[in-house]
Amino acid sequence: MSDNTLSSGLRRIPRRSEGIYATAWRSLMRNPLGKVGLGILGMFIFTSLGAPLIAPYDPIEIFAGDELLPPSFNYLLGTDELGRDLLSRILYGGRAAFAVGLLAVFLAFVVGALSGLIAGYVGGAVDAVVMRFWDMIMAFPPILLAVGVVAVLGPGSFQSAIALAIVNFPRFSRLARGGVLSEREKEYVMAARSIGASAARILLRHILPNVLATLLVQFALALVWAVLLEATLSFLGLGTQPPNPSWGSMLRSSRSYLRIAPWYALFPGATISLLLLGLNLLVDAVRDALDPTRARRLA
Amino acid sequence: MLAFTARRLLQLIPLLFVSSILVFLLIHMAPGDPALLLLGVDAPDEDLEAIRIKWGLDQPLPVQYARWAGRLLRGDLGTSYVSRFPVLALIKLRIPATIELAALSFLISSILGFSTGVLAALKEHSWIDFVVTSFNTLILGTPSFWLGLLLILFFALYLDWLPPSGRSVGLLEDPGKAWKYILLPALSLGLSQGAVLSRFVKSSLLETLTQDYIRTARAKGLRERVVVVRHALKNAMIPVMTVMGINLARLLGGTVVVETVFAWPGLGQLTIDAVASRDYGVVQATLLLTVVIVLLVNWLVDVAYAIVDPRIRL
Repeated sequence: MSDNTLSSGLRRIPRRSEGIYATAWRSLMRNPLGKVGLGILGMFIFTSLGAPLIAPYDPIEIFAGDELLPPSFNYLLGTDELGRDLLSRILYGGRAAFAVGLLAVFLAFVVGALSGLIAGYVGGAVDAVVMRFWDMIMAFPPILLAVGVVAVLGPGSFQSAIALAIVNFPRFSRLARGGVLSEREKEYVMAARSIGASAARILLRHILPNVLATLLVQFALALVWAVLLEATLSFLGLGTQPPNPSWGSMLRSSRSYLRIAPWYALFPGATISLLLLGLNLLVDAVRDALDPTRARRLA
Repeated sequence: MLAFTARRLLQLIPLLFVSSILVFLLIHMAPGDPALLLLGVDAPDEDLEAIRIKWGLDQPLPVQYARWAGRLLRGDLGTSYVSRFPVLALIKLRIPATIELAALSFLISSILGFSTGVLAALKEHSWIDFVVTSFNTLILGTPSFWLGLLLILFFALYLDWLPPSGRSVGLLEDPGKAWKYILLPALSLGLSQGAVLSRFVKSSLLETLTQDYIRTARAKGLRERVVVVRHALKNAMIPVMTVMGINLARLLGGTVVVETVFAWPGLGQLTIDAVASRDYGVVQATLLLTVVIVLLVNWLVDVAYAIVDPRIRL
């Protein structure tokens, strides 16, 4: 046998089968826009976590006499109306955005997915009541629902996380329920039932891993929404409260100084847009990676 | 068709009922005594007690709900805790501004979204498609409140073409004067929703253009314009209508933010002011009103869908 035949034979040996997530990760890494999104997200995570080391100043430290200064060597992005460094406030503001966003989406994931799994598995009246309840929640425009919840709980970061979680419960619940409906009649579920596995074990140990991919995509989508809604609530004065920095509240304050200090609005706004762009690119890439037929349909 | 419309309308009733319960319960979870909020902390105890009895605040929750719902059905939306005005009067003052803004934004988003979506689909993989897709991606990543601030910066402050905020007269009263004030807020909302619609129109039209009946139409020798306009567009628009309906419902939420940016005196601004001042009477009424409008819009979308696609009436 010649070398060429041997090497071509070796090339035809199939890869060892790999899991869905490994395949999705490789697919994501082959997507240039996905890598851009991942890079942007990585940069924001790095700067948010490293804010105490990277930020040149304390974000709430006031420098009297340095109010509304344009970008300079001392203040790379300028200062606000109280003389606080904008770069430091933007870096620390990322922490509020991620903290609120991740808490909200994690809560929504746990509560929403659990309720959907149970409703879908049990069926009947439980399913009907749970789904109709979520339908009611979804009848409210998300921002108005969030505003309504904050009206009750009061303004603040934690309260806005609760509000954002409530807005996202129905989506996770419906996705989980849909997944359960398509999995519960499958043979592996029947086999588990027949050997006496409890409903909880079947749901968490057998069904949940098979619907997790869809829920993870929704997790990423919900995170995009949560970051945007947190900034919106802060812009409306209902989210993170002063003097703690938040991009939305910085934009809120900048309105009064647009004519004399346009950078005050431009930098926080550009920051929010850049993060949303990165998240949107990443979400699209994750969706394509976990559902290759979608990528082929859109190509 | 009439039976379908009536059936869908009847299905709204339980939805409205449960929504009203949700809004009622939500506001009742708020801290603070409504009697204190209404009369102030210095009010004598006997006055506070009298208000509580008059408004049924000493009754169990189901009784309070029944009385509140009964007043709603008679058109009594309660009283503002802050201004002491009837909430209905406050809403009547503000709602025309919101309707104007939502209507113009919807028009802008529909025209922009539809035209750019069709263009991007027909010129797929060309520079036109690239420009439209990039523009949509950029707009989708820009929150409406920041887009509003950018529009103010450029058109109002830098070019000085348009006023930065406020509302002069109603659009129908004096369009010549009103358009300058409403254009920037409407663009802030309309551009965002237009980008969403544009993406959807493009993907819906592309999917329709791959159908067998389109291939047949082309094989028959029909001109491309006829194929697209008479065959493809009509069918591609059916799912697009759902998105347009969702857009209209979303606009109502979006006005809350844009009205704050532009100091537009609408329902959204009223809601935010009420939340900030803990005026729960107003918050309750505006939340419920918005949900009712959203449900009615969804019903109208269902009806329009059924008119265009008779299969769904079955």
